[in-house]
Amino acid sequence: MHPFIYVAPRTLDEAVAVLEQHGERARPFAGGTDVLVQLRGGRFDLDAIVDMKGVPEATTLELNGSLRIGAAVPCYQVYENSAVAAAFPGLIDAASLIGGIQIQSRASLGGNLCNASPSADGICPLIVHSTVAVVRGPQGERRVPVEEFCTGPGATVLERGELLVALEVPAPARGFGAAYQRFIPRNEMDIAVAGVGSALTLDTDGTTIASGRIALAAVGPTPLFAAKASAFLAGKPATPETFAEAGEIASTEATPIGDMRGTAEHRVELVKVLTRRTLAVALGRAQANR
Amino acid sequence: MSTTADRPAQEFKVVGSRPVRHDGVDKVLGRAQYGADVKLSGLIHGAVLRSPYAHAVIKKVDVSRAEAAPGVFAAITGNDMPVTAPRLVDMMEEVTNLKWASERVMAHGKAVYRGHPVAAVAAVDQNTALEALKLIEVEYEPLEAVISLEDAMKPDAVIIHDDLVGDHLGEKVPHTNIAEHTRTEFGDPEAAFAEAAHVLERTYTIARAHQGYIEPHSSTAFWSPDDKISVWTTTQAPFGVRSSMAAVLKVPLSDVRVVPTEIGGGFGGKIGLYMEPLAAVLSRKSGRPVKITMDRKSVFDATGPGPGGQVTAKMGVDKDGKIVAATATIRYMAGAYPGSSISAATAGIFACYKVPNVRIDAYDVVINMSKTAAYRAPGTPQATFASESLVSELCETIGMDPMEFHLLNAAEEGTRRPDGPVFPRIGNVACMEAIHNSDHFKSELGESPDGKLRGRGFASGYWNGGGNRSSVTISVNDDGVVSLVEGNPDIGGTRTTIAMQAAEVFGLPAHDVHPTVVDTDSVGYNDLTAGSRTTYASGQAAIEAARQVVEEIKKRVAMIWETEPENVSFEDSVFQNKVAPDQRFTFKEAAGKLGQTGGPVSKTGAVNVRGSGGGSFAAHLCDVEVDPETGKVQILRYTAAQDAGKAVHPSYVEGQFQGGAAQGIGWALNEEYYTSPDGVMQNASFLDYRMPTALDLPMIDAIVVEVPNTNHPFGVRGIGETSIVPPAPAVGNAIADAIGVRMYQTPMNPSRIMEALANKRNGKNGHQG
Amino acid sequence: MTQQETPVRKVPVACTLNGQQTEFLAAPYQSLLEALREVVGLTGTKEGCNDGNCGACTVSLDGRIVDSCLVLAAEVDGRQVDTIEGMAPPHGLHPLQQAFLEEAALQCGICTPGFLVAARALLEREPHPDEHRIRLWLAGNLCRCTGYDKIVRAVQRAADETT
Ligand SMILES: Cc1cc2nc3c(=O)[nH]c(=O)nc-3n(C[C@H](O)[C@H](O)[C@H](O)COP(=O)(O)OP(=O)(O)OC[C@H]3O[C@@H](n4cnc5c(N)ncnc54)[C@H](O)[C@@H]3O)c2cc1C
Ligand code: FES
Ligand code: FES
Repeated sequence: MHPFIYVAPRTLDEAVAVLEQHGERARPFAGGTDVLVQLRGGRFDLDAIVDMKGVPEATTLELNGSLRIGAAVPCYQVYENSAVAAAFPGLIDAASLIGGIQIQSRASLGGNLCNASPSADGICPLIVHSTVAVVRGPQGERRVPVEEFCTGPGATVLERGELLVALEVPAPARGFGAAYQRFIPRNEMDIAVAGVGSALTLDTDGTTIASGRIALAAVGPTPLFAAKASAFLAGKPATPETFAEAGEIASTEATPIGDMRGTAEHRVELVKVLTRRTLAVALGRAQANR
Repeated sequence: MSTTADRPAQEFKVVGSRPVRHDGVDKVLGRAQYGADVKLSGLIHGAVLRSPYAHAVIKKVDVSRAEAAPGVFAAITGNDMPVTAPRLVDMMEEVTNLKWASERVMAHGKAVYRGHPVAAVAAVDQNTALEALKLIEVEYEPLEAVISLEDAMKPDAVIIHDDLVGDHLGEKVPHTNIAEHTRTEFGDPEAAFAEAAHVLERTYTIARAHQGYIEPHSSTAFWSPDDKISVWTTTQAPFGVRSSMAAVLKVPLSDVRVVPTEIGGGFGGKIGLYMEPLAAVLSRKSGRPVKITMDRKSVFDATGPGPGGQVTAKMGVDKDGKIVAATATIRYMAGAYPGSSISAATAGIFACYKVPNVRIDAYDVVINMSKTAAYRAPGTPQATFASESLVSELCETIGMDPMEFHLLNAAEEGTRRPDGPVFPRIGNVACMEAIHNSDHFKSELGESPDGKLRGRGFASGYWNGGGNRSSVTISVNDDGVVSLVEGNPDIGGTRTTIAMQAAEVFGLPAHDVHPTVVDTDSVGYNDLTAGSRTTYASGQAAIEAARQVVEEIKKRVAMIWETEPENVSFEDSVFQNKVAPDQRFTFKEAAGKLGQTGGPVSKTGAVNVRGSGGGSFAAHLCDVEVDPETGKVQILRYTAAQDAGKAVHPSYVEGQFQGGAAQGIGWALNEEYYTSPDGVMQNASFLDYRMPTALDLPMIDAIVVEVPNTNHPFGVRGIGETSIVPPAPAVGNAIADAIGVRMYQTPMNPSRIMEALANKRNGKNGHQG
Repeated sequence: MTQQETPVRKVPVACTLNGQQTEFLAAPYQSLLEALREVVGLTGTKEGCNDGNCGACTVSLDGRIVDSCLVLAAEVDGRQVDTIEGMAPPHGLHPLQQAFLEEAALQCGICTPGFLVAARALLEREPHPDEHRIRLWLAGNLCRCTGYDKIVRAVQRAADETT
């Protein structure tokens, strides 16, 4: 591995300054569960690693109706916080299945997003929760909806010197429910063959879907917001038939490849099944949230 | 659980008990020294540059810039390796041609697999060595990679080795990738098929699967100025490493001393030479001890998995379901050099049955991937996936219960194995009866609460096991404790199982025998830890040494009692004067008197156990649940029954059954080399080479069947390997029972299950035969 | 080092290691695993994959288990690290270590330190985990020898015996 220095800034400005100075030769570092593996695999070389875990804005988890997740907050802090777990079960679905226990002690949802893997488990639930990424750079702060954050495998909207500060998840409306499921051949420690996050908000009648959001993992170059399937849900009855149809539509929005994790055909099938199943779970949660 | 199908005549005190293993405390404290834990004064670290191409001419290798980098002590290429002439050496589970063994550890002019070492450096630390590799300039001329059976065997195939002369049914054939074609024939299968009531033929494809030991290879060598070479290495075969090192480096055998470290798993994959000679040559150049440890990716890329291949099997039965004939064509991909255990596959494929007419053709084919190595019952799980899946489908076709079919046709004492040998007393039927009587077999499969499909599958399996050469030396201490030195690295409790056999002879508690695994200079020759031979054969050496010790002590106490040694008996750990029965010494008392009666007692049992380990049969039963919407298979329940002859330490016997079953389940469901068309493994990490985790398996019920082996004084059989043989067909048969479609290919992963289900809906059968 | 104009200097790390204040110098790019094994000389923590998939390198960092191959040594400055070497009391064994011996939960033993450190963290949090919970917690630790059966039983036994 090409030798790099370890920088542990205490403020966002310091972190931004180091990143700006080194450009592509420096990267932020949260849990390191992607970046160290990629460095050792020779994917890229770095001169500096910028540990975000000493920066307060990146390490705090704040629940105040809405939820602000510091970019370097490890998964376990998210799912072990009982108030967060009660209010955002759809996020917990993902936070509690990334890696195993050891990985969850380190891996962050921020790192998961910035790593921009098509198969990332954390991104779809963030998308269906309409999460906003708070970005800080030499030019100050900007806010990017999570579904616009990833631009290709491993590529994001972040410019030179920019970093992710936190993820802001809006407070769930009454009648809102979300869920994430992925398919893996083993029961743990696998990368998704396909994953689907779903959310729906029930009308006041409790049976009609006011609006819905569906996002798909591992079936395209980035985790993607399934716009057509999401739009289809609005105004439909919350029934198994609707969910099945949403799955059919979502599967047309998927553009999977076949690889060592599964065939393209299998992935298309999985999108249908997982959409159906996650919508059913989301419905249950929505009903409990009325 | 234990069933004694046939009560052994002997009563045992130590054998059959469950003492804590002797090396256990060190291992739970983290103190045991494995390959990478070796520390020596002045130690430096090596790294290996590996070919990115599966097949390429190496036109130039220039290590000068690497050699000049700060912190680098030495760099070597193929030119630094003494070239050796072709010569065959037999390493029991592997027959190695030394020229190829030499080329395999470091390419000479041509890379024949991805990961093939091209150069190596030694530097002050690991990272400096890795960085120096980037300074090595190599010019490759890529050649077309041959990575499938089809491409390797076609008439105008790209030829991997110009100097390979194939042996095709005895005929020497140059210019071929088919290293060997063998045929085993008995009776007239064609005539028998013609008269059979039912005949079924199917073709099965089995993926290459890695042993998956958690400890990567690590070797340290010091080439001292007096030309003595010491090697610390994680190996199953210290004496094999000694002899092949000596040959590859062209040094006298006795100038090489191999110190086996603790070994973090092997399963056959740590038999061959890998980095030992490179570390030695780097040490000679640098004057320092050099350690090289592989990373996980190199373990996948460049060490030997078990071969993948294709097996076409055909079986005919009469109207009662009795087998009248069976044939098979076995084609295994050996990897870059020949040797894919086709003879064991031939022996194993129909071994569970009485087959009156048989023909088995087997092909050993080279391709551009790392040379395969032995993997637990080498060659046999692949062949048995074919035979046991075929039997299950045949039973379905003729409407016969598989268990009934097995019992009707089961090989037993006196049955001729298809390749010739006649079985001695074996536990084939006893294992099936054990399954038949198990709680699992009697249990209901039950319904899935959420629409998943359940199924149950059965399969049997066989592995012969080996004997061969072992030496064990036992010395008696004044306090009556004995020390035992042996030469077989302990992968799974064999120190204890060997010591227990000596303890049985002495009538001592297991912990009064202190076993140590020593280097090749400190004990007589030992064949490798493999072939299910260690407890079986080295145990016999220990029994032999212990018996000699007893005879010697009889002489000593006879001296004290002024009688003849023949008048001294030894029973229940007590020496007694048969003429004056009140004269008695316990073993411990006698041990204290050796100093006065002629000095220390130390005896070596050196044996060459002829014939097999007695053969260990197994029968496995598996329940699965399949999600028809995703193709996911969950193992619900699993039972493994196997004949241990006599279980020396039942916990470790059960552990072998469970561990082998887990590996077989992994092979069945997910494990494979997923390779690009140019021969690059895409899933060379534990993330994507999906071995079972704790969450993927249920408890595995182990039923220890004991049908004594007439070839061992205590009835012990070699048991380490058979357990990996039945799982793939047991799982496959369970899946077929659940979803109503047969699987003809491993891994039976979710994508393949979905494909099979789609074929079923479209009325297609997935078989190719 | 060869391509860097200015050499990357080692950094001092001061941590509480197995209860002892410990100081060492590590390269900033060095993993905690490598520093423990090569710098501090504690080789009980094992490397099986160096990419977070086998758990053989499991240590406890401020009371939570992590794969030490995916932690930088420089990060543990000021923190508490516990490895297999600190598990047993002086001249004794931890109940889990004893249970692993008695249940024959190790064959080759290379995975054992990682399983022990991980299992200890589980039992400290949940004294009575059921089988599923044990399997889930230990899913980040691979064992190729045992099929996990005896490991799960050993953890159950230690859980039963420590109450
Ligand atoms: C064994 C194992 C199992 C895994 N299993 C899963 C799984 O099941 N599902 C899954 O989705 N992933 C999995 N992963 C991948 C990984 O753990 C996750 O993507 C994790 O969420 C990454 O978080 P991290 O904090 O470790 O990221 P890091 O490795 O620290 O960072 C990841 C990337 O994001 C960048 N980055 C980090 N923080 C910031 C910031 N604040 N601003 C800008 N860029 C930043 C880094 O530079 C890097 O490029 C697994 C990894 C391993 C090793
Ligand atoms: S070595 Fe760290 S997880 Fe395998
Ligand atoms: S005991 Fe060998 S890997 Fe677990």
